[in-house]
Amino acid sequence: MPKIIIDSKEIEFKQGQTIIEAARENGIDIPHFCWHPKLSVSGNCRVCLVEVEKMPKLVISCATLAADGMVVNTRSEKTLSARRAVMEFILINHPLDCPICDEAGECKLQDYAYSHSVGESRFVEEKAHNIKRTEIGPRIMFDAERCISCSRCIRFSSEIAGANQLTFTKRGDRVTISTFPGESFDNPYSMNTVDICPVGALTNKDFRFKSRVWEMSATKSICTGCSRGCNIDIWVRNNKIMRLTPRNNEQVNADWMCDNGRINSFKFVNAEDRIDSVQVRKEGFLQPVTWEEGIKTAAVSLKKFKPHEIAFIGSPYATNEDNYLMAKLAKALGVQNISIIQHSVEGDCDDILIREDKTPNLTGAALAGIRPNYNGFSLNQLVDGIRQKKIKAVYIIEDDLYSIAGADEKAFANLELLIVNSSNRNKTTLSADIVFPASTFAEKNGTFVNFAGVVQRIRPAVATAEMDRALDGMEMSKWDKFGTKFDRWMQGEKKDAKPTWRIITQIGEQLGMKFKYEMAENVFDEMSGAIKEFAGTDYDKIGSEGLKLKSEKIAVNV
Amino acid sequence: MSGMKRKKDLTFLQRIYLPEIVKGLKLTLTNMFRPNVTLQYPEQKFTPPASYRGRPVLVEDKGNAERCVACGLCARVCPALAIEVQASETENEKERYPVKFEINMLRCIFCGFCEEVCPEEAIVMSKDYELVFSKRSDAIYGKDKLLVPIDNLKDRLEFLRNFK
Repeated sequence: MPKIIIDSKEIEFKQGQTIIEAARENGIDIPHFCWHPKLSVSGNCRVCLVEVEKMPKLVISCATLAADGMVVNTRSEKTLSARRAVMEFILINHPLDCPICDEAGECKLQDYAYSHSVGESRFVEEKAHNIKRTEIGPRIMFDAERCISCSRCIRFSSEIAGANQLTFTKRGDRVTISTFPGESFDNPYSMNTVDICPVGALTNKDFRFKSRVWEMSATKSICTGCSRGCNIDIWVRNNKIMRLTPRNNEQVNADWMCDNGRINSFKFVNAEDRIDSVQVRKEGFLQPVTWEEGIKTAAVSLKKFKPHEIAFIGSPYATNEDNYLMAKLAKALGVQNISIIQHSVEGDCDDILIREDKTPNLTGAALAGIRPNYNGFSLNQLVDGIRQKKIKAVYIIEDDLYSIAGADEKAFANLELLIVNSSNRNKTTLSADIVFPASTFAEKNGTFVNFAGVVQRIRPAVATAEMDRALDGMEMSKWDKFGTKFDRWMQGEKKDAKPTWRIITQIGEQLGMKFKYEMAENVFDEMSGAIKEFAGTDYDKIGSEGLKLKSEKIAVNV
Repeated sequence: MSGMKRKKDLTFLQRIYLPEIVKGLKLTLTNMFRPNVTLQYPEQKFTPPASYRGRPVLVEDKGNAERCVACGLCARVCPALAIEVQASETENEKERYPVKFEINMLRCIFCGFCEEVCPEEAIVMSKDYELVFSKRSDAIYGKDKLLVPIDNLKDRLEFLRNFK
């Protein structure tokens, strides 16, 4: 292996790597604005200048290939003074917007101004002014004054998103980013530019001014928007989700996520239509009852029916643990009619991230024992069976019966018992006999298996009534840590919901089965013993990066 | 203590104590006719100097607009976590404003960090030292109680300009 010496540290590198890449792999951070590991090199910010021995001038480390025996100095006086000069130039026309800028706190320019700049400007003239607050796209605000013309967003939209939508216009201090005339910056991955923008020039319209970044806690989780299972951070403040951002995972989503997942896959967690108590139908009306009464009623009602009169519907939105326990309960009761509803949107996919299957865990549910057409039992048979009064009771988790293709208003009128675990109100919960409020993906532990067979963990970011941020080891902001029950920010609503696996555990216990699960991890440990695809895995091994399951081919349709 | 000897015997004048008594009476009498410094609070009120750090207030500029842009630095720097700010967007040039600004006066320790960190000179320490509540929730001051017209804060703003 060829070797390079950076800051008197000898490191090995691969032929073809640039200095900045070699340095980064070995934990040496060279400041950079325009360089991004996933994008082509543009070399226009000049802040990554380094001194290389025997070269007459400083070179930009992002565009200079490392060569065997090269001696690089990133901290010499010559390098530092060049860096300070570059920072001074960049800051000349950058407005002092930090107090009103959403990027503040995670801004590269702010960080470098602190660590690589002198702290004051010699520029006394009027700064160049430019247009502020422009809607450059339907989901993005553009502030031309803040832009430092690094061209990351331009390169992202052409190289990663495959949509040549942005370009530089004008020259000198008037240079700015623009879409082509009459066009809007609206590609389905446009909001990734907000993340890679080193300043606050591009900001998220959905998150605009909602919170300062240091006031939130970030929890590692998985996007539930489609079966890709992009790794995300859930940002929470006052027990409410504020935004989602992609988290690096090379085998799943690299550094990106789609706009739809980012904006739409968490809104239901904070929504008005969350179910806030256990409900049982009495005298024709759904009435709130205690958890004990609800569980008892469910168990007693299920017992009234013969196994072949009952159908269990799992969910591709629920975790492996939830589906596994549902299958286990079905087995214990002798129920053969098991199915799951698929939510695919034909044609709504691309070869970047977006998948046709709009659920996060269809593969996982199949592995856990709940698959479409299980034992030849199809959804059509379910609808027909209910019509012909062969199937009299249905237990469905985290899904809507009415989303079955061809199921109209009257399709389920003959049901004598409908039990549902659901986080939000829908047609099924309105016509149900027993409703359990279920925790959403942001409120529980669990695992999903994406379309490619990568098992990944979700973690609770929002606390429900049964949880406590500190005691349950959830991520906490400074305010969460030091708040008391008398502080307004600690009085954010806690939903009285439980994860589906716990609800099923309690029903199982009530039915006299040996369901002893204290936490989701217990369920997963049992799964890893019982299901060959999960053999040898556990929560620690899955970690935050996920684990590719060994099985060659994971068949969803049997 | 029989072994101890006085370094110096008292003189005759000292022994009769009279001059010392006269001295003491003189001090008492002069103080009796000095102007009174005790304030008969609450009938009489203390007007603090501009350097006094009373409860923090928000500056209300001319035209009934707050200066605050809800940057949240006061909330960040507050060692007692007394301040809670929620920003929102406005049409005016500043882009953002506090839709909610609350200071919990039970948490506030009157350190003045919020005033020091404020980039807009929007939060300043006032001369108000009379903080009385009968329940916890009353101690959380919202914008209605925090906003003070700029004319009432001239003293403090001038003091900050000179000494900050």
